[in-house]
Amino acid sequence: MRHLLDTDTLTRDEAIRILDASAQMAATQEREMRKLPTLRGKTVVNLFFEDSTRTRISFEAAAKRLSADVINFSAKGSSLSKGESLKDTALTLQAMGADAVVIRHWASGAASRLAGSGWMHGHVINAGDGTHQHPTQALLDAFTMRRHLVDDSAGKALDGVTVAIVGDILHSRVAGSNIPLLRTLGAKVVVVAPPTLLPYGMTDRDDLDVHYTLDDAIEAHDIDAVMMLRVQRERMTGGGSGFFPSPEEYTRLFGLDGDRLRRMPDHAIVLHPGPMNRGLEISAEAADSPRSVIVEQVSNGVAVRMAALYLLLAGEEAPQ
Amino acid sequence: MTGTVLGAPDIARALTRIAHEILERNEGHDSLVLLGIPTRGVPLAHRLAARIGDVEPGFDASARAGALDITMYRDDLHRQPTRAIGETTLPTMGLDDRTVVLVDDVFHTGRTIRAALDAIKDLGRPRAVQLAVLVDRGHRELPIRADFVGKNLPTAKSERVDVHLTEVDGNDEVLISGARSATDGERA
Repeated sequence: MRHLLDTDTLTRDEAIRILDASAQMAATQEREMRKLPTLRGKTVVNLFFEDSTRTRISFEAAAKRLSADVINFSAKGSSLSKGESLKDTALTLQAMGADAVVIRHWASGAASRLAGSGWMHGHVINAGDGTHQHPTQALLDAFTMRRHLVDDSAGKALDGVTVAIVGDILHSRVAGSNIPLLRTLGAKVVVVAPPTLLPYGMTDRDDLDVHYTLDDAIEAHDIDAVMMLRVQRERMTGGGSGFFPSPEEYTRLFGLDGDRLRRMPDHAIVLHPGPMNRGLEISAEAADSPRSVIVEQVSNGVAVRMAALYLLLAGEEAPQ
Repeated sequence: MTGTVLGAPDIARALTRIAHEILERNEGHDSLVLLGIPTRGVPLAHRLAARIGDVEPGFDASARAGALDITMYRDDLHRQPTRAIGETTLPTMGLDDRTVVLVDDVFHTGRTIRAALDAIKDLGRPRAVQLAVLVDRGHRELPIRADFVGKNLPTAKSERVDVHLTEVDGNDEVLISGARSATDGERA
């Protein structure tokens, strides 16, 4: 693997390999001594053009646990806010000797541009590009589901697992990465969203089931995992209400509360990529229920990112 | 020299002898734990623990044997294709103040053992660490020696030593195969 840009191009074997490596990384994080010497001497640059706290610190923790040096490069207060182009930034990073660049950018395709441009030869990890993809989030979600829903999970995928993804599919790069990855891993994907928040053409896909209310989806499927997406007010032009009539209506049709959670199978787990809008897409009762794995997703995120950094950086350099 | 150098009975005898030597050296089993290095060190560690358990009835073989993956401590990661990470399982009694016997199949350059010592350091503070190997083929690159050796096997650097174990490969034998190119997967 040279870069981690999206989940469309990940093969099933590669995805399982990342999940298995993540499991070993997670095991090391339960030890008293959590630091490993594996990436000593490697430099990882966190290049963040968009505000993000949890993804950045998750990558930072992952790189540091593997003994890599971490340089944080964020748009605020840097040359990026002075109008430097992505190309010039890449040349700068190349000159600094970055072995891997973790990039978060507001433009869809930025990570792929950086990886394919020849401006630098480090490995590129997409940490979220516009409304396109966020592959490490999808991998950590898959890892969390596999841990809870698949027995003796090493080496296995998610065959036979039914996952409902609820909310703003249109703007969500989390959904953008999760849907292809879950399909690759053999899971059944149920999409629940208002028609206005579905990407064009999704209702025509025959490998997905689409529902327009959460109740319909709960009625129609035995849901093993329900993934609540954040209502992204900042991506919705028109004051945040252009895509559905009111927040109250959204909550009524798509919000996960204790009652809806009780109507799912007893083993069903609740995921949310965070940050949560409590009271909008998820009620406090559902978010804090014992079936919620939202906090565990955060610690699994570090393990999955350690695995991604290990698999990209530890082996010999592929011939250029 | 090419062919089988140790058969199943030879391996069984060597392991029985090593088990007794471990007990003699440590004057009993009170603080003894065995850590196998994947892949084939792990079944060897379990076999040694079972043999020690046969001799010393108080020795719970399953609680005293574990696996120590050293992939993330190797010094040659950047020279090879990315390796899969193996599983580390510690004996239930932990490593602190124990006598740890590291177990591996082939002892060669010593670099694997160097990595294992680093890995152990991150997992606890044993009272002592000893090394048991099925085959010592020489060509050390570090000042490391084995405490218990099944068979000393003088080899040329270009030769290849393969240990097959029932648990992994379906049969027990040690094979040596002749001069291949050095890039052809020398075992460390």
